[in-house]
Amino acid sequence: MSMTKEFFKGFYAENPVFRLVLGLCPTLAVSNSVQNAIGMGAAATFVLVCSNVIISLIRNMVPKKIRIPIYIVVIATFVTIVDLAMAGFAPDLHKSLGIFVPLIVVNCIILGRAEAFAGKNSVFYSLLDGLGMGIGFMLALTLLGVTRELLGDGKLWGVPVFGSGFEPVLILILPPGAFLTLGLYLGFFNWIDKKTKK
Amino acid sequence: MEVKSLFIIAISSIFINNFVLSRFLGICPYIGVSKKIDSAIGMGFAVVFVMTLASMATWLINNFLLKPSPSNLFYHLFSAKEPPDLMFLKTIAFILVIAALVQFVEMVIQKLSPGLYRSLGIYLPLITTNCAILGVTILNLDLNYSFIESIVHGFSAGVGFTLALILMAGIRERLELAPIPEALKGIPIAFIMAGLMSIAFLGFSGLKIG
Repeated sequence: MSMTKEFFKGFYAENPVFRLVLGLCPTLAVSNSVQNAIGMGAAATFVLVCSNVIISLIRNMVPKKIRIPIYIVVIATFVTIVDLAMAGFAPDLHKSLGIFVPLIVVNCIILGRAEAFAGKNSVFYSLLDGLGMGIGFMLALTLLGVTRELLGDGKLWGVPVFGSGFEPVLILILPPGAFLTLGLYLGFFNWIDKKTKK
Repeated sequence: MEVKSLFIIAISSIFINNFVLSRFLGICPYIGVSKKIDSAIGMGFAVVFVMTLASMATWLINNFLLKPSPSNLFYHLFSAKEPPDLMFLKTIAFILVIAALVQFVEMVIQKLSPGLYRSLGIYLPLITTNCAILGVTILNLDLNYSFIESIVHGFSAGVGFTLALILMAGIRERLELAPIPEALKGIPIAFIMAGLMSIAFLGFSGLKIG
């Protein structure tokens, strides 16, 4: 097990959104602008790293049968910290992410990493895994956010990019656009995968 | 509170703000369990059931244990000077209530109706991490719904989820035989279908009630 491999696998090879198809609700809901996407990605990364470290520390004390409720309590604690910190320091972001901040608790990426990795591996590797997966999640969100905001609103980070002649594809920032964009990206990555395997 | 406002809540959470297609809650089971109509129906009923119960339970917890009000039980129990504000615990409290509730429902169904257990059983553990359930309880809180309104909202949100799930399953059974580009087979085409369905449901936002 190499450190760089554990860290970088979340970026592409095991990207939580495009490869493992996990954590879809926040992916679809907050990718309507780049700002929201990065905010959500950072919040989820923080929770993922902290919960991975704590769960890895307590992994030998936790009885097998009740491990899931214990993991959920650990995750929910960090989500509460993020929720309150975000409401205090970035109220605008907190407002536009809405209920998806408390819903980080049920993001399957976080519980999935706790169950599949942090519950079985040492603290340092769990930290790397959490960080890599979190950044992978953020990259996927940002890619969707850039696409949807650029084509659907003609803006990037809230700044207009195109001249006045550009007619935005409004559907992309509405709910259907999220499904369409993600579906096409998933297909695109499948296609690349098939090409490179040949 | 009148019947009319309950009706509006029901219609808007089934069609206009459909949980899956416009609020993006419960996407994982929506994509994961929509391959066959039978399992879609089973999952749908389990979700309706747990959502209604969860709305009920979390409303009670919120109003009698967490909210700083004279009706807060801790206030009476410890005869404090002022009602304690425990709202910061809501995420932890709600997720634990849901997890316990799902476990409890699973045990009750197993005892009372083995037939129902066989058809719903495998979906129940999946429901704990279904964000639609936690989502509906937090929305009830944000929208300041009363007890009855919360129950109606929970129930109809579940019905909306089931509707979207069953429609999707019907389409996906046909997609199995359709000529689709190799790279889009499976999950990607399911998302594109969901996008088209979401466009159709967008039409409901023009609906005027009341």
